[in-house]
Amino acid sequence: MIVFALSGAGVLLLLGPVAVVIGKRKNANAVLYGVCCAVSLVLLVCAATHLLGRAPAATLRLPLGLPWVGSHLRLDALSAFFLIVVNVGAAAASLFAIGYGTHESAPMRVLPFYPAFLGAMNLVCLADDAFSFLITWEFMSLTSWALVMAHHHVPENVRAGYVYLVMASLGTLVLLLTFGLLAGPDGAYSFAQIRLSRPSPALAALVLCLALVGTGSKAGLVPLHAWLPLAHPAAPSHVSALMSGVMTKIAVYGFIRIVFELAGDASWWWSTIVLALAGITCVLGVLYALMQHDLKRLLAYHTVENIGIIFIGLGLALAFKAFGLAWAAALAFTAALLHVFNHCLFKSLLFFGAGAVLTATGERDMEHLGGLIHRMPQTAFAFLIGCVAISALPPLNGFVSEWLIFQAILLSPQLPSWGLKFLVPAVGALLALSAALAAACFVKAFGITFLGRARSSVVATAPEADGFSLGAMFGFAALCFVAGILPGLFIDALAPAVHDLIGDHMPVQRSVAWLAIVPIAQSRSSYDGLLLFVFMIISAWLAAIAIHRLASDKLRRAPAWDCGYPDASTIGQYTASSFAQPIRRVFGTVLFRAREEVDMPPPGSPSPARLTVVLRDPVWEGLYLPLAAAVTLASERLNRLQFLTIRQFLTLVFAALVMLLLVLALWP
Amino acid sequence: MAIVLLLAPLLTGFVRKVKARVLRRQGPSLIQPYRDLVRLMRKEVVLAESASWLFRVIPYVIFATTWVAASLVPTFGAGLLFSWSADLIAIIALLGSARFFLALAGLDVGTSFGGIGSSREVMIASLAEPAMIMIVFTLALIAGSTQLSTIASFMLSSAVGLRVSLGLALIALIMVAIAENARIPVDNPATHLELTMVHEAMVLEYSGRHLALIELSASLKLLLYLSLLACLFVPWGLAAPGASAIALLTGALAYTGKLAVGGILLALFETSIAKMRVFRVPEFLGAALMLGLLATLLLFVSRSL
Amino acid sequence: MHSLSFDVAHLLAGSLVLVSFMQLYQDRLYALLNIFALHALILALSVAWQAYIQSAPHLFITALIALVFKAIVIPLALHRIIVRLGIHREIEKVVGVGTAMLLGMALVALSMVVMLRVTTEADPLAREDLAFALSVVLLGLLMMVTRRNAVSQVVGFMSLENGLVLAATGAKGMPLVVEISIAFSILIAFIVIGIFLFRIRERFDTVDVQAIDSYRGERL
Repeated sequence: MIVFALSGAGVLLLLGPVAVVIGKRKNANAVLYGVCCAVSLVLLVCAATHLLGRAPAATLRLPLGLPWVGSHLRLDALSAFFLIVVNVGAAAASLFAIGYGTHESAPMRVLPFYPAFLGAMNLVCLADDAFSFLITWEFMSLTSWALVMAHHHVPENVRAGYVYLVMASLGTLVLLLTFGLLAGPDGAYSFAQIRLSRPSPALAALVLCLALVGTGSKAGLVPLHAWLPLAHPAAPSHVSALMSGVMTKIAVYGFIRIVFELAGDASWWWSTIVLALAGITCVLGVLYALMQHDLKRLLAYHTVENIGIIFIGLGLALAFKAFGLAWAAALAFTAALLHVFNHCLFKSLLFFGAGAVLTATGERDMEHLGGLIHRMPQTAFAFLIGCVAISALPPLNGFVSEWLIFQAILLSPQLPSWGLKFLVPAVGALLALSAALAAACFVKAFGITFLGRARSSVVATAPEADGFSLGAMFGFAALCFVAGILPGLFIDALAPAVHDLIGDHMPVQRSVAWLAIVPIAQSRSSYDGLLLFVFMIISAWLAAIAIHRLASDKLRRAPAWDCGYPDASTIGQYTASSFAQPIRRVFGTVLFRAREEVDMPPPGSPSPARLTVVLRDPVWEGLYLPLAAAVTLASERLNRLQFLTIRQFLTLVFAALVMLLLVLALWP
Repeated sequence: MAIVLLLAPLLTGFVRKVKARVLRRQGPSLIQPYRDLVRLMRKEVVLAESASWLFRVIPYVIFATTWVAASLVPTFGAGLLFSWSADLIAIIALLGSARFFLALAGLDVGTSFGGIGSSREVMIASLAEPAMIMIVFTLALIAGSTQLSTIASFMLSSAVGLRVSLGLALIALIMVAIAENARIPVDNPATHLELTMVHEAMVLEYSGRHLALIELSASLKLLLYLSLLACLFVPWGLAAPGASAIALLTGALAYTGKLAVGGILLALFETSIAKMRVFRVPEFLGAALMLGLLATLLLFVSRSL
Repeated sequence: MHSLSFDVAHLLAGSLVLVSFMQLYQDRLYALLNIFALHALILALSVAWQAYIQSAPHLFITALIALVFKAIVIPLALHRIIVRLGIHREIEKVVGVGTAMLLGMALVALSMVVMLRVTTEADPLAREDLAFALSVVLLGLLMMVTRRNAVSQVVGFMSLENGLVLAATGAKGMPLVVEISIAFSILIAFIVIGIFLFRIRERFDTVDVQAIDSYRGERL
């Protein structure tokens, strides 16, 4: 099985150079993406067989790489799960791209890097030693950077690529340090050796902090999220879907691997850092998203919120595990993994929809869209399913993972630590707040883009998306629905991965009556998505029958009533900024120092008034700008080293030599 | 399920009657809401030209979710048939779905009134829903389960005692219920001035049978919240699961009594207080959220609080 | 542990914290005085209940003093002062309601942590009552710190003292003499504050502390 997976990933990597060769041909686009889709599906089946068949971990050692280390690969339950996530996203994105890619203006900048990106992501999940992990991780970052820079003539894309490169390099450097610390002075870089070694608590704590920075920057934890809303929108839409839906999950995989497995036994206070960061990430992510009017940037900021939710689950799992409550840890961990899967599904779906809108209208700015539901009804329907799923509304899948996390929070009073007794309710409140704000965000996203009347002329000629794009979108919408009404199947599938890392798993859901899910015990709480959905259908059907029988069925189209003030022009309707204004005023005045400036013309003048909304990003201005200023200052000071005389250079070399000799002399 | 559907308009009519009486008016008859619904059903639907298929489907979705949620709240007996299929969090999420789609309906026609309603509604929801979840946490931590029937049975038993967190949760739930049902002081259910509209603004373009469904859903939601308050905080008279016919009858009478008292209190409260301006509502709901958070915190810290 | 007397005591102490929060929420002066009267009323009820369950009759007198002076006399007197001075009846705040509520929550959490960790061997009823009492004290201080109006600062001071009385009665040891002396000193302090308010008003035509601050003179 592992050989299949490896060869699949290898094929994907090789497709890169192949694309360079055949890229100029007419059907290259469809052929290439089709092959990617097929290979991803094969890999998906591989991984699923491994996970569902509960096969034991398989390892493989290749004589590539460093001579004394080689390249270790391993396929265990956790890797299999993340391979499933990667490949389901990759298959759908490739399918989408068969249709979307025909509108690509610079195909030779996208086609070679895309399969390499997919291959690298697959290999990160398989890596079993530090070097393979880091090499594949960096390869993933570089290929995605190349994809972000595909449209390099747009200046903001260049800036996005630059920030992304800096953050990715920082992340890899920190991960290098992490693995260095874990490997110890003997250089035991393979994960098998690291698993056997037991790091001291101080070392383990340092490893946690470094892992949090290294993987958190790739995942998008606040305050390391700044590259995400710049880079994700800049890439082509299928790549954005992959970066948001899949690459951030690879970062989560890295975090789980390092913290839950390689760093040894967790101390309880680790969970406080993770929970605090995750709670802040949740709320800040969704508030940022609410302030956006660029559709793709809104979706990218929202990914930050969902990563926060996943890390809340992981933090709770760490806390429970540290205190020996393995069954509760299993619940929290399952919730986090289930949200990983769910988020990949609905975020990719939403990015596909945004891509379809972008292709059809050429606009990403919601302020110029509106009324698209009339022109693109099928895209609108799929996008609506995505919005309902991401807002955690029953009976779709987003609700299931949030429900499981709430149940885990309700188990937390059993944790004996005081710090956690105060942190967990606060984090629960932040999670509830972010869930409500997420629903608001997606009412805005769907309502302003698809509903209402057209705000500019690009809408009138927008065509419906092509068959492949629609196929990918509807496929994911169907999966969201299935994961929502049959969550027990997915929870059972996850059990081997959970068991490997936590030592326990949730009760088997297959045997629960009526296909409900029971997180702890039947008497405590249960949820039956299928039954709820059936009830809703029955109620709606009964209502429809009653209406059909008893009510009049006449219908007449007329201009909108609008309280008797008919408004022929479409600029009277709400825009994205005006929709967010109440929330901006309540939450944004403190957090973002949101100010609205109105520029009124003098009385009698027919020129328009202007409303400007000024928002200031606290993380960017508080952390990044001062850091950048400090780095610039330091480098300017150090620049003087360039202009020394020859004698001064020689002095430097001499001083370094004397220093080293002194160290050698004095070292005990 | 059918009981809540039949009782909901009666409750709305009762509240309106009491409000009128307090203001020394005769007021509409108790069964006027039923007559309103029948009248609306008979009228033709006038649909705006810019409305989409979603606009026509949404009333059914709202009605379905609200009805399912209302059916899951115990009314006169604690052992509902399918009560294990959805717990209190799922009920809140169902109401959240209804609100999501209603907000979309407000945006669908593309008028400024719909936008006002939707944007204010999501602002109110962004604070009311977390407050509600905190209240659920409080109740779940006390009763040991999020299942409504289990909580109701626990409240009936003597193990509860008079707890501070329950008191805080009660006040927070009343505040959230007022906000969610669009009652004074948060929103005026009887107004048509855009300065004061939230719920009414979103349904401005609906007419005929669609409006009938939406009005019925709003009444169902009021019934749901009053039933919730009754079964959680005033559970006496609630028939235990598997009780005899006499107990069920007592339960039914007790339930009707509780609804009547709740309606009277609501009407008195609405007539004695003025509507808050819109940006005072976040402070009001923020206070509810803080109360819920305080109640949860107290329960995390000490088992007997 | 769940006996009715414990629960009622906790309920009353918790209500005192709740009413302190309500004081933070108010932005009109007369409403604040009414809420303060309610604060003192609940304090009186709480002390009376403690007198009942501890069988300490002298606490009934404390309750009566609290009721008469703090719930009736002082609010009425403050009401008259406001009318006579013509004080601006809206309370200017330094931080908004939301931030004040969040700070209040953090203070309650802090007092819970401190009290419940420091007094692990004491009687559970007393521990939790002490935690609530410390919360009331801290919330009173918060009110004094975040309000610009002198009258509202006086109300904050009074509610702080209410918290101290709650602590003293809950800990089962508050001799009547101590109570009388505390009440007397509060009365004197109140009279002094009242006199000063009159003088300040006469001199500067305002009791807004921020405005008066500008008269402080040269700053180095």
